Amino acid sequence: MEVSSEYAVQMHGILKKFGAFTALDHVDLDVKRQTVHAILGENGAGKTTLMNILYGLYQADEGGVFINGEEAQITSPTEAIRRGIGMVHQHFMLVENFTVTENIILGDEVCGAAGVLDMKKAREEVLAISQEYGFDVDPDARIEDISVGMQQRVEILKALYRGAEILILDEPTAVLTPPEIEKLIEIMHDLTSKGKTIIIITHKLKEILESADECSIIRRGVYMGKVDVKESNETDLASRMVGRNVNLKVEKTKAHPGEVLLSIRRLTVADERGIDQVRELDLDVRSGEIVGLAGIDGNGQQELVDAICSLIKVKAGRIMVGGHEVQNTTPRNVFEHAVATIPSDRHRWGLVLPMMVEENTVLERHGEDLFGKGIMLDYDKLHEYTHTLVERFDIRPSGCEQERMSGLSGGNQQKAIIARQVSYVPDILIAFQPTRGLDVGAIEFVHKTLIAERDRGAAILLISYELDEVMDVSDTIDVIYHGKIVGSFEQGTVDEKELGLLMAGGGSQ
Amino acid sequence: MDSIILLVGITLMYSTPLIFGALGGVVSERSGVTNIGIEGMMVIGAVSAAIASYFTGNPWIAFLVAGLAGGLVATLHAVASVSFAADQTVSGVAINLLAPGLALFLCRNFFDGAAMSPIVTKLPKVLGDSWMAGTVWSNLNVNVTTVMALLLTLGVWFVLYRTKWGLRVRAVGEHPAAADTLGINVYKVRYICVILSGVFAGFGGASMTIAIISQFTQTAISGHGFIAMAAVIFGKWTPWGAYGACMLFGATQALTVLLGGGATVIPSQILAMLPYAMTIIVLILFVGKSVAPKADGVPYIKGSR
Amino acid sequence: MNAVIKFLKKPIASSLLAILVGFIVAAVVLAVAGYDPIGSFAALFQGALGKPKYIANVIIKATPILLTGVGVAFAFQTGLFNIGAEGQYIAATILSSIVGITLDLPAVLEIPLVILAGVAGGAALGAFIGFLKARFGIHEVITSIMTNWIMLYLCNFVVMSDAFHKPNSTSALPIHSSGYITILHEWKTTDAAVDALAGVPWLREALLKTDLNAGFIIAVLVAVAESILLARTKLGYELRAVGYNKDAALFAGIPVNRSIVLCMLISGAVCGLAGALNITGIAPHTITLLAAQEGYGFNGLSVAFIAGCSCVGCIPASLLFSGLIYGGMSVQQVMGAPSDIINIMIGTIVFFIALPAVTRRIAEWLERRQEAKAAAGDAALPGKEA
Repeated sequence: MEVSSEYAVQMHGILKKFGAFTALDHVDLDVKRQTVHAILGENGAGKTTLMNILYGLYQADEGGVFINGEEAQITSPTEAIRRGIGMVHQHFMLVENFTVTENIILGDEVCGAAGVLDMKKAREEVLAISQEYGFDVDPDARIEDISVGMQQRVEILKALYRGAEILILDEPTAVLTPPEIEKLIEIMHDLTSKGKTIIIITHKLKEILESADECSIIRRGVYMGKVDVKESNETDLASRMVGRNVNLKVEKTKAHPGEVLLSIRRLTVADERGIDQVRELDLDVRSGEIVGLAGIDGNGQQELVDAICSLIKVKAGRIMVGGHEVQNTTPRNVFEHAVATIPSDRHRWGLVLPMMVEENTVLERHGEDLFGKGIMLDYDKLHEYTHTLVERFDIRPSGCEQERMSGLSGGNQQKAIIARQVSYVPDILIAFQPTRGLDVGAIEFVHKTLIAERDRGAAILLISYELDEVMDVSDTIDVIYHGKIVGSFEQGTVDEKELGLLMAGGGSQ
Repeated sequence: MDSIILLVGITLMYSTPLIFGALGGVVSERSGVTNIGIEGMMVIGAVSAAIASYFTGNPWIAFLVAGLAGGLVATLHAVASVSFAADQTVSGVAINLLAPGLALFLCRNFFDGAAMSPIVTKLPKVLGDSWMAGTVWSNLNVNVTTVMALLLTLGVWFVLYRTKWGLRVRAVGEHPAAADTLGINVYKVRYICVILSGVFAGFGGASMTIAIISQFTQTAISGHGFIAMAAVIFGKWTPWGAYGACMLFGATQALTVLLGGGATVIPSQILAMLPYAMTIIVLILFVGKSVAPKADGVPYIKGSR
Repeated sequence: MNAVIKFLKKPIASSLLAILVGFIVAAVVLAVAGYDPIGSFAALFQGALGKPKYIANVIIKATPILLTGVGVAFAFQTGLFNIGAEGQYIAATILSSIVGITLDLPAVLEIPLVILAGVAGGAALGAFIGFLKARFGIHEVITSIMTNWIMLYLCNFVVMSDAFHKPNSTSALPIHSSGYITILHEWKTTDAAVDALAGVPWLREALLKTDLNAGFIIAVLVAVAESILLARTKLGYELRAVGYNKDAALFAGIPVNRSIVLCMLISGAVCGLAGALNITGIAPHTITLLAAQEGYGFNGLSVAFIAGCSCVGCIPASLLFSGLIYGGMSVQQVMGAPSDIINIMIGTIVFFIALPAVTRRIAEWLERRQEAKAAAGDAALPGKEA
């Protein structure tokens, strides 16, 4: 493609290696001015790496970057900012205990003499831009006190305050409620109409169709071409992203629910600050069914799972497992009542990364006689046991039993956790964000395993922030809002719009 | 009445080295670098102040030399913890192992093998050295370092909370990646803060050897750096909080001196434990309630977040 | 070149490199201060290995720092930084002395009781620090330092107390001799012994002129036992899991707080054993007034780090450090250079141990240079471009 000032951003032949791993293999990108341009790819395809190069956080090993038709050496974020590039990262780059104003001016402060901050003037400037784009943010609020959607607007303001003409948004909708997503798309179109150019990184097909003009696709670090969004559709985009025809539907038979295994009654749980996060929640999960809990992050899901696992104390209410109360006991006790949990953050809660794979697969049950008599741990038994799991669940690389867990890819780490939890043959399986950060193939595997467990007769509680996942996999869909169940539906009896409304607190209750 | 004046005077005196050390801790930890080596930096400050005062006869120059020496030692910690992403606790401990050896080596080298320095020229008292001499009121004629510690606390507070540099330091300590994306050089900020913390700790050591006592001895700095670190936690990582906490520890020390001097039944060795026991008690009561800077002790590696 | 790169990637490389840097820094400091570094190092080696007596003393002095080293290394492997080894060591010497002075039993009872008292003292203090961490979340480093000083003053208090003070001295009364573990301590002073040993001069020197005792053997056994405990038992597995990732361990039902206390208890017990063995094995077999920390705990830290926090690795590391410290005294005698140069050396070594990235970066740099050379070689080949 010719270098031309028609394009706000052009990146040609970008090569980036991390050690022996090639993250980007001669990738091209051409973004027309005043358009919304999507970059589509699976987790780990290299989308974010490409944008970090554009923003000066990484340096490309080869290739050229052109801004408005001029070659640009972007060696640091400062240089990117100078050239009018702003980036909103997936994990917000906001200092939580700073105010909105402090976050926006950081690094480009409004000062009086001798570096003394002029907060009054700074506040006015922030307010002025906020009003210009209709953002409606409170300049004095602390970041930790405002909603995620609002935080995202602060991030966009940060870029605009620095005079950004080109905005990069990394997975901007991952944390938003459906109404917030609509508002964001509105903002993006408003910004392009005011002369800005927007690049969004995403793996969500629907949003590309709704918001973008053009879409570049990257697969495993390789550029797969550009499509005009108007002439494309979901299936087409999906197969280009994954490289084969993918079945977006989850295949499963009808559920045959049995007796209630997990029963939660009037459960109230407070977070560490003492604020109630779960409020008088009632929930039942029966044998042989998957109950999916739909909801936006921060509506009590974390506290609910922590309470079920007895990691935190409940304030009131009961958690019954097969007829036994288990609240306010110990994680060990809950496990012994045949409850297995796939945690949301595998690195924090699920794995001991510096230990070997075979040590990780017995984390809950290393004390059993199966793995050594008395006080000794029998590593031969560990090895044997883990070997069968590695084979059965196809954890790669094969023969990884004695490698450190940290050496495995994210998908294989997640497989190891799932293998471990399923190998306990639990009566109740809690799956909290089980597909976070996984690619399409691994997601399929996780969903199939959950359904197989259901068919074996386990009661499964699936908690996910991905509405599509909840809708596709669950037999019963419950909506959690503000620590309460605000709606319960059988699969197929409810649409995304209605669920989205409930998740955002727009229910009739 | 007399004993209250005495108590106030001794409290102000003993809290001074702690305040310098604690301010060093605040500056370093606010930028996200744990500095367990404060103790070692104070020791180096203590010995270099005594040596410089002995050879120049000018305690003011000696005070500056102490700051410089502390800053030099802190540079080692900065190299390890900022550039090499080393375990900050281990690096700090290494400095605490290195510093007393180096201090004694220097001491012996300059003073013919003696483990303590001769008596050296001290910094003056605020109201002149002879004010109300002989009366109990002279105890309120504090060392000039006591006033300097107060001014430094004010200065650190002003810079941290009222200037752009302070805003950047706090941002780096809370969320270095965020600061990085806004073009703030995280490494540079941390280097400056760690080195400054060493300078302050060096001042702290000097305010022991050329203000409170007038020579360097092996026990001149004995755990003061660690008590200062406890004061940082107790003071919630703020300059004034740390200042107050140091006052409390100073008061404990003063109490030790007062009770030890009188006809009390408590043996001196038991009294000597008081400041250390107090530190543990204070931590038990307050540690859960204070929140450290989010990135404190976590090396920043570009590109990982 | 490849062999060099491979070697640099091994953990032991950074230990050896750190030792080398320690010697270089010490040499520079000595030279700057006007002493002859070569002569000083010669005196150092001569003082550590020159005579059988010296070697015996190096082994004797290695005993306590091997144990404190193992204590620190054990705790470190489970994620805890036991800088309180010094205080636990002192606590043990206090309790061992008190029991040894008070009780006068036959050796079969006296020795175990005296040692047990010390071990219990160290264990209790360690557990206390662990408890403060588990229950209140107070960083163990600060509480450790505070307890070190508290124990120092407690020791002085006991030494000066009426019940235990030895008149006209700076120490407490010695323990009863039935508590001694010095090898052949009664026999070796008899005439028969002097005659018997006359024919074996090295043994005579090692036995008669030193406090050679069974401590080192005990210490080696403890080091091996701790290694096995960590690597091959269910308890060790739990402690390591807690050390690497507290949250995951908690999630998996491992009692994290109990593990922390238990780990510090074991670590404290080992450090306590160091103190107990010094009371039973080394003259004057009692506690004395302390002006400053004796350094057994801090040297234990150095030993643990240089050993890469491997319990068994502490065995050679403790001999090395003991040799440095003991031989360092001759540096002062022979060369007149302050023996504190050894502490500078040790501090430098630990500082460089804290920088594992250094050797890794050297290895990577060599690798890159090699690759660049290879690439340049490729480019030089004609026709390669096409």
